[in-house]
Amino acid sequence: MGEVIVITSGKGGVGKTTSTANIGTGLAMLGKKVALIDTDIGLRNLDVVMGLENRIVYNLVDVVENNCRIKQALIKDKRYPNLYLLPSAQTKDKSAVTPEQMKKLTGELRNEFDYILLDCPAGIEQGFKNAIAGADRALVVTTPEVSAVRDADRIIGLLEANEIRRTHLIVNRLRADMVKEGNMMSSDDVVEILAIDLIGIVPDDEHIVISTNNGEPLTGSDCQAGQAYMNICKRVLGEEVPYLDLEVTKTFFQKFAAIFKR
Amino acid sequence: MGFLSNWFKSSESSSDIAKNRLKVAITSDRAICSPELMEQMKNDIIKVISKYVDIDTDGLDIKVTRTELDDDSGTVNAVLASIPIRATKPLRR
Repeated sequence: MGEVIVITSGKGGVGKTTSTANIGTGLAMLGKKVALIDTDIGLRNLDVVMGLENRIVYNLVDVVENNCRIKQALIKDKRYPNLYLLPSAQTKDKSAVTPEQMKKLTGELRNEFDYILLDCPAGIEQGFKNAIAGADRALVVTTPEVSAVRDADRIIGLLEANEIRRTHLIVNRLRADMVKEGNMMSSDDVVEILAIDLIGIVPDDEHIVISTNNGEPLTGSDCQAGQAYMNICKRVLGEEVPYLDLEVTKTFFQKFAAIFKR
Repeated sequence: MGFLSNWFKSSESSSDIAKNRLKVAITSDRAICSPELMEQMKNDIIKVISKYVDIDTDGLDIKVTRTELDDDSGTVNAVLASIPIRATKPLRR
């Protein structure tokens, strides 16, 4: 039986879709059979982040309305044959799907896949309710900013109210240099405020922008964000992995040398 | 430049300010009641406890926070009060 994980945040633009794409890719790299579902009806994005936007024939709404079979709508990833995407519909709205239909869909996918990741839309309305309906556990993404952390707290409360007990936190876009200067909350600060267990810290890394431009998730690649996402995947599987040292330690001479490298 | 501005600025960093503001905002978000009602509850708690002990109202901290249940079955919102006692009042009968 597969596990259904919802990736959610409350606030938009904190990295839900990027995290879904990268964690899904990482789990596939670790040999798991993975299905990604974009539940953001009307604002689909997971397809472009995965680089699969040209292969869409059917979508989530087609599946729940029985216009096609699930297998017809699942798009196989470019690089990993055990990774699939069920894209969202672009022309419908959130009311096109109900929580019961989502439960049924994830229930069916459980038999086929090890992990089903649901990319949740921003907000706490219908789209959120649909996304969490069939979920066993949740990954809450936040950035170390007041607005994102406050929304994450609301989401955690709503997940609890909906009896999703296993909830973990991803602190995204952390800048170690700013934390050190006292100008950004640390992951410890965020964990203290939200009082849930941490599962990953992803540094603010320009490689993410490049990988999104290319439509190729960077999990496992040789950069800090790539390593951080791979570590999250291992922790999702239950492995204990130490946290990366994100500190940018530069001596005076290194800073001096960096000026000339430009 | 960094250390110079650090030198002159007040002791609280912007990340501390963010953290403290968030704690206050989240406390009232979590509370089912409004900040005014929270304030009323706080005053009532002070009133009741003051009947028995002499408390330090400046060091008082009452907040709504998420706490793990003892049997590990999940978490609940709970009112946590930290009320420093100056002295106990002699019992009057």
